[in-house]
Amino acid sequence: MKAPLSWLKDYVDIDVSAEQLMQKLFSCGFEVEELIEVGKDISGVVVGEVIECEPVEGTHLHVCKVDCGAHGILQICCGADNVKKGIKAPVALVGATVYATAKDHVTVEGVVTIKKGKLRGIESDGMLCSGVEIGVNGDMFEGGDYCGLLLLPQNSENGADIKPIVGLDDYIFDIAVTANRPDCQSVFGIAREVAAVLGKKVKEPDYSYSAVSGKYEDIKISDLAPEICPRYIGHYVKDVKIAPSPMWIRKRLALCGLRSINNVVDITNFVLLEMGQPMHAFDLATLGGREIVVRRARENEKIVTLDNNEFGLCPENLVICDGEKPVALAGVMGGLNSEITENTKEVLFEAAKFARDSVRKTARSLGQHTDSSALFEKGVNEYTTERAMARALNLIQRLNCGTVTDVHVDVKTEYSKTESKKMTVSAKKINDLLGITVPTEKMAEILNNLSFKVIRKGDELDLTVPDWREDIDLYPDIAEEIIRLYGYEHINGTFMPSAAITNGGYSAEQKAEIKLKRALSEKGMYEISTYSFYSPKDFDMLHIPEGDNRRNAIKILNPISEELSIMRTTLAPSVMQVIVRNLRRGNMEGRVYELAKIYLADKLPIETFPEERKILALGMWGKCDFFDLKGVTECVADVLNTKFEYVPTKKDYLHPGITATVLCDGVEVGYLGMVSPEIAQELALERPAFIAELDYEELKKHARTFRYSPLPKFPVETRDLALVCDKKITCGEIEKAVYGACKYVTDVRLFDVYEGGQVGEGKKSMAFTVTFTPNDEEITSRIDGFVKKILGNLKFNLGVELR
Amino acid sequence: MEIESDIKKTDQDVDEALESVSSSKQLQDVKMKFLGKTGRVSELMKCMRDVVAEKKREVGQLLNELRARTEAKFNALNEKLKKKELEERYAAETIDVTMPGRKSANGAFHPNTLIKDELVSIFSGMGFEVFEGPEIENDYYNFTALNTPADHPARDMQDTFYLSRDLLLRTQTSAGQIRVMENKKPPIKILSPGKVYRSDDDATHSPMFSQMEGLVVDKGITLCDLKGMLDEFAKKVFGNDVKTRLRPSYFPFTEPSVEVDVSCFECGGKGCRLCKGTGWIEVLGAGMVNRRVLEGCGVDPDVYTGFAFGMGIERIAMLKYGINNMKLLFEGDTRFLKQFKD
Repeated sequence: MKAPLSWLKDYVDIDVSAEQLMQKLFSCGFEVEELIEVGKDISGVVVGEVIECEPVEGTHLHVCKVDCGAHGILQICCGADNVKKGIKAPVALVGATVYATAKDHVTVEGVVTIKKGKLRGIESDGMLCSGVEIGVNGDMFEGGDYCGLLLLPQNSENGADIKPIVGLDDYIFDIAVTANRPDCQSVFGIAREVAAVLGKKVKEPDYSYSAVSGKYEDIKISDLAPEICPRYIGHYVKDVKIAPSPMWIRKRLALCGLRSINNVVDITNFVLLEMGQPMHAFDLATLGGREIVVRRARENEKIVTLDNNEFGLCPENLVICDGEKPVALAGVMGGLNSEITENTKEVLFEAAKFARDSVRKTARSLGQHTDSSALFEKGVNEYTTERAMARALNLIQRLNCGTVTDVHVDVKTEYSKTESKKMTVSAKKINDLLGITVPTEKMAEILNNLSFKVIRKGDELDLTVPDWREDIDLYPDIAEEIIRLYGYEHINGTFMPSAAITNGGYSAEQKAEIKLKRALSEKGMYEISTYSFYSPKDFDMLHIPEGDNRRNAIKILNPISEELSIMRTTLAPSVMQVIVRNLRRGNMEGRVYELAKIYLADKLPIETFPEERKILALGMWGKCDFFDLKGVTECVADVLNTKFEYVPTKKDYLHPGITATVLCDGVEVGYLGMVSPEIAQELALERPAFIAELDYEELKKHARTFRYSPLPKFPVETRDLALVCDKKITCGEIEKAVYGACKYVTDVRLFDVYEGGQVGEGKKSMAFTVTFTPNDEEITSRIDGFVKKILGNLKFNLGVELR
Repeated sequence: MEIESDIKKTDQDVDEALESVSSSKQLQDVKMKFLGKTGRVSELMKCMRDVVAEKKREVGQLLNELRARTEAKFNALNEKLKKKELEERYAAETIDVTMPGRKSANGAFHPNTLIKDELVSIFSGMGFEVFEGPEIENDYYNFTALNTPADHPARDMQDTFYLSRDLLLRTQTSAGQIRVMENKKPPIKILSPGKVYRSDDDATHSPMFSQMEGLVVDKGITLCDLKGMLDEFAKKVFGNDVKTRLRPSYFPFTEPSVEVDVSCFECGGKGCRLCKGTGWIEVLGAGMVNRRVLEGCGVDPDVYTGFAFGMGIERIAMLKYGINNMKLLFEGDTRFLKQFKD
């Protein structure tokens, strides 16, 4: 929201500097994002009167004597075509800063400092300037667009600073207005806040106008969609004379970044900026039946807007129609068919309130965003709607561009809200919420300054809320109004003296997660955090087949891009992407983990809350092998105080011989394996990579809290067994058989594997250390028996022999 | 006296044998030869049987003396040899302690985890419990219950990712506030950390980021209490000299609402690049819980008041560690991750 200081001064007697005002606005909730100094780059430019002007033969130059008042009479060489004796123009003195222009005299190429110089051997003690050179265009100052010298009024004092004369001494506040204050989306709205924060009175814009009698039956307005058009006001102006706007209007539009079009259109824009109420002017002659119908668009109805774009509409769009056809896209843009042209003689002004949502949906669905739609989306209030119309008519008269009639059609609907809100608040309750004591009379003063009507009754304040303050709802809103003007520096820290003691910290479940993550970090794993969404292409990357369950991902209806368009159902693609990214960046080895959610829907598209399941994903690449990764999954089992079993398996994206399913208490909890050479090649992985995923929600169920058991009275016994078996027999099978054969076995640990001549073709030797732990009896003498039984089982079940 | 000459001979033999001993192991062998069960001294002892009665006492004493003498000789030499051997061992085992150590490589937590844990530890000391709600929320918890009905201007403040007409990716951890208040009676002090999502993607915005929400609801809670708690938070996170500043802001679910700045911990408030010359850094949004929100959750706003605050974890991490691009937090680049060994 842009508010020029010069404009604000119309309504408030501002007696502080622009910087001070910026601070004040900041403290009461209006952050000035940028304080723009209009003539920031221009310095040392004064009024000069050309008192002598002689052409330099053979050139387009003139050598002039310029009277610069206190700066003396300077000789300046000038190439402008409009230089002549008697004119007054800006003179950039030696040392001044002005804009340098390209050969076209229009394009600004930066800032230059003026030096004493010679043009064609003629000394020049400064420069006579054009509008462009001092940053003034035709909307800022009459003649500012001309590429010759900028002509200043003859009554300008020679030698005076040109900044105040051409309006370069101004500031523009670019203010961030919070969503609860649509009433401040205008220069006058900001002026009210400025007045309140400075403790000054605000001067209202002039709303007065006189009307001549018109034919009342001449204009008919009907509102067929009151739920999205709660209020519609039309006013008829005749004898319209379309002409350029006067300088003061053009200048204000220019300061706020709007282009001047003609007097009538400029008035609507001026009121939009001043009051925050978008308006529209229809050429009445183009309205069929001299009638306005506000209604929802018909399916596929067409409109061509002022900017010559055609849109196909639907009933979600509100249109303003004449007797036959749409003539404006309500709140967004007028139609080309009813545009004000230089031949316009009769105008119907519109000031209306359109529902925020309706305008937003229309602007978004059509991609048509305007200053008007932006304001309606934020919200306008009907108090301002009424006044904006009056203000526009006032300006019509002031600019003398038409005759205001008394044909005023005001359609109020059941959705219209014009009643002033009244409320009673307790000063004590406000102070109780703030935690400080603001004197009641101070509260009343602050609220008065904010245009509340206040009646004090002891502790209570009877308030009438200003009509434009639709954000004021309950007493805390009043508390906020008071503290933002009283000053937040009055709030001193206290420490909940009245609060009950509560016991804080992580829950047991949260602690378990942290414990697991800590263990992983200590095992050399780095925690990563990747996006919860990815692309359907990520499934292709991992060769996950069409129709696979993992592809049943929840879609984001409005994703930023295809890359981030579905909620993940497995972390594998995310980990894979991290590995790929690292290898591409030359990080040739790494170990990472992520504990994050996947999102599983029972049904697509989703209708109910999906399941959010925490998954632990592990990734390793570079100097490592399957067993390094398995060491980490074993660590996970240790942290959970449980045991995992590993069964060879196959998985889309993993090496068929180097992949295992992880089981815990017989239940599948995840997998681990090496990225298949095929995918590694497709992704140009230069190092072996390994991925594991463990279902943390499932794992949690198998976690055991440790329980202390008394030390055995008898020592543990160990035996080393060197076994020979078929090559296909796995370590896991043998371990399982050993455990199964004897209840005293508490650990089976492989310590050697051998394949080769000594054990024969198709065979391998595996050596295990088996640990027997006694309960309450001595078992030393029974170990030989146990071993015998173990060997018997191994032979019977797996054909394993003692070597 | 045959036995006496035997004793004398034994003495001589012991001395001779010990002279050739150079290790404690040899010494042990020699000792066995003389003092073992079948050793010379023991054999002589056995001869006592044959000694005539009147001489038994005298011979016995001589033999005992021999045993004691021999043991003493062995012990003395043993001491000496042990000492020598230990010295030799020390010399042999001496290593170059300046050679490099063997490190077991440690990993690290993600910076977000570090910040989250730091925040949780600060606030749990003040009695805050940790609550984690779902990331996929419905319109009610994310907006309506937070005083942001369908036509509310504040909905435009956040670009929401929708999954269906009603379900969405939560845009704020404030959604968790409602779930807690629905299930818990005051006093309430909770922290709600977690991932949130907004359709925004540039150097300082990421479509996924993390927030930490705090909520207190109890009798007599004031804006001053919010300020007091934030002062404590700012000191612990950014340093003891850091001050906080409240300024008016707007959130639909709090009233009054404030933006909270901390004095710049880089320049001490003089103005620098980090604080863009203002001396202050915006760190979080907060306010007194809106009465309508309390009411909606079945908490009587005339009995209880409360405050809530919410901060971006990445923002705190970026400020604290001086990370200039938010993307780095989500890329998993090991060169980045390896630095956070807190």
